[in-house]
Amino acid sequence: MSRLADMLKDAGVVAFFALLVFAPFIGVQLGSNLRGALTLAPTPMTLAVAVAVVFCARLAVLTLAQHRAAVTLPRMPVRVQDYLAPAMLVLGVVLPFLPFLPNAYIDTATLILIYVMLGWGLNIVVGLAGLLDLGYVAFYAVGAYSFALLATNFDLSFWECLPIAGILAACWGIFLGFPVLRLRGDYLAIVTLAFGEIIRLVITNWVSLTGGPNGILGIPHPTLFGLKFTMSADPGTFAGFFHIDPTPRQHLTFLYYIILALALITNWVTLRLRKQPLGRAWEALREDEIACRSLGINVRNTKLTAFAIGAMFGGFAGSFFATREGFISPDSFVFMESATVLSIVVLGGAGSQLGVVLAAIVMAGVPALMQSLQIYRMLIFGLALVAIMVFKPRGFIAQRRPSVTLGATKRIGAEFISQGRG
Amino acid sequence: MPILTAHNVTMRFGGLVAVDNVSFSARRGDITAIIGPNGAGKTTLFNCITGFYRPTGGTLTISHHEDAHPLRLDKLPGHAIAHKGRVARTFQNVRLFAGMTVLENLLVAQHNKLQDATGFGVLGILGLGRYRHAEREAMEQAKAWLHATGLYERADDPAGSLPYGAQRRLEIARAMCTDPVLLCLDEPAAGLNPRESAGLNELLQKIRKDGCSLLLIEHDMGVVMKISDQIVVLDHGKKIADGTPAEIRSDPVVIAAYLGESEEDADAAEAAR
Repeated sequence: MSRLADMLKDAGVVAFFALLVFAPFIGVQLGSNLRGALTLAPTPMTLAVAVAVVFCARLAVLTLAQHRAAVTLPRMPVRVQDYLAPAMLVLGVVLPFLPFLPNAYIDTATLILIYVMLGWGLNIVVGLAGLLDLGYVAFYAVGAYSFALLATNFDLSFWECLPIAGILAACWGIFLGFPVLRLRGDYLAIVTLAFGEIIRLVITNWVSLTGGPNGILGIPHPTLFGLKFTMSADPGTFAGFFHIDPTPRQHLTFLYYIILALALITNWVTLRLRKQPLGRAWEALREDEIACRSLGINVRNTKLTAFAIGAMFGGFAGSFFATREGFISPDSFVFMESATVLSIVVLGGAGSQLGVVLAAIVMAGVPALMQSLQIYRMLIFGLALVAIMVFKPRGFIAQRRPSVTLGATKRIGAEFISQGRG
Repeated sequence: MPILTAHNVTMRFGGLVAVDNVSFSARRGDITAIIGPNGAGKTTLFNCITGFYRPTGGTLTISHHEDAHPLRLDKLPGHAIAHKGRVARTFQNVRLFAGMTVLENLLVAQHNKLQDATGFGVLGILGLGRYRHAEREAMEQAKAWLHATGLYERADDPAGSLPYGAQRRLEIARAMCTDPVLLCLDEPAAGLNPRESAGLNELLQKIRKDGCSLLLIEHDMGVVMKISDQIVVLDHGKKIADGTPAEIRSDPVVIAAYLGESEEDADAAEAAR
């Protein structure tokens, strides 16, 4: 009997705090009277319902705990995982040709793929090497501005600029890495965070070069072997060359395939590197840096390669972003972007390539597709993230697949895998 | 020429002198043990030899074979000790890559050799050229050590899932995969049951027979007296004795500082209980 009393008391305390938190948000409604002045109307019923929901939810959680019925989401069966990746690849390839899919969805899919690519790039640094990087957006910005400046000043095309932008971003990765990589854990995170902000502030204030807050306009769109995608059917355009009617869909499809190809290259390189000495050294570094040193691994250089390769893919993604938008400004490279990409990596399960894709769909796709829910969008989104992290604290796919085996491949459970932060 | 020569090695941390003017040499092909009471500076000396600390004074030289030009360990950067100095080590509290498989642990140890064969990663990524050859050799070496340590059946399991004794053996195998001439073991028998201890003994003898000299810190006197050829005794950072197990056992200074004291203490404590 006392158990029930305890539970009621516990739920009561939680409900009280809910009342305190909700009162200013749900308990009053902002309005205006006939004279146009603002009014605050109390809405006790809504508040009562919200508090009651919290009270009942807390009781339910406690009851479940009593019965020791551990509430965990089912672990994704390994079989499903094996088929999910090829299935998503096929879906990714045929997506633009699904006739019933509106153009807006292709655009959203392109956006998701940008985040997938950024996630895969950052996964090298955070997921494999275990270095917590909060300033990844800096390399994204370097890539975007390298392309934009080269294209507008020197009239270079997207395909010429792409490798240059990647190399420049990689150089910045090394440049940043040298002083920073002697730091560890939280300190590394703070310094990378600051570096991201420095790049953004430099871009904002170096008006003569970057145009400052006004950004850069008129960045050329990519061409297919010199064929442009415009709404006119001139001979020099894609539609004119093939004698078909120009549609916006053609351009969207082309952009979609570019980012799909770039993302798949990122994935391929990462998967290959994981089976290489370098990739294994990254993972070893995440597991135990001191042991790595005792085995003769040059810790600093190995960290630098992770930073540089991660930054390079960030630079590629940045170039693509610039060419897709046709306009960039410092507003696109705020800390929120770094946080989103890091969330994608963590949510996906650090180190897991498939996890990053699932998380990118959740993080970039769901908010875009929930536009109709308006203000409740972020509320639902936030609750969903909290729920995922409560039930799947190590991300969607927390297991690790060994890079080499003698017998059958056995996945390694999250309980053994270190999260690094060195 | 001895494999390792320590000459007047001193390590200071601020005002604390952890290792004070210690000189000794470890003979090639021997098992040399460093013993001493807690806080005698054994692990600090160890960290100087394996490059985790840079000694404040003195020199440490290694000579890879009889007529090789001796190499100054105290001048090498930390990661080069294993690579160029060919000195490998294990840790007092086992440091494995717990989330990687047993086999992966052994391949990470061969990183430098494999990385050199990847041609800046390009040959490696494309899976071409000498990288394939190097990888096959690395796998063979790993397999040989898996057999030697009786871990072959567990090769695809995460290192963190192994029982403690097996983790210790794996750490030794991993160190051996770096092709060392000197293997330094920090309390290899700690926490092992008598059967595992005997197995360890065998493993160390095999390593020695294959031509690798050993240097170990050990608390378990049974193990030390049985397997070592030479014993160096430290107390309060200073070397107080150096000799064969028989000499050490009868050395009055050592008995006073270490053996007698600690055993009597232990007996007294036992009796009191």
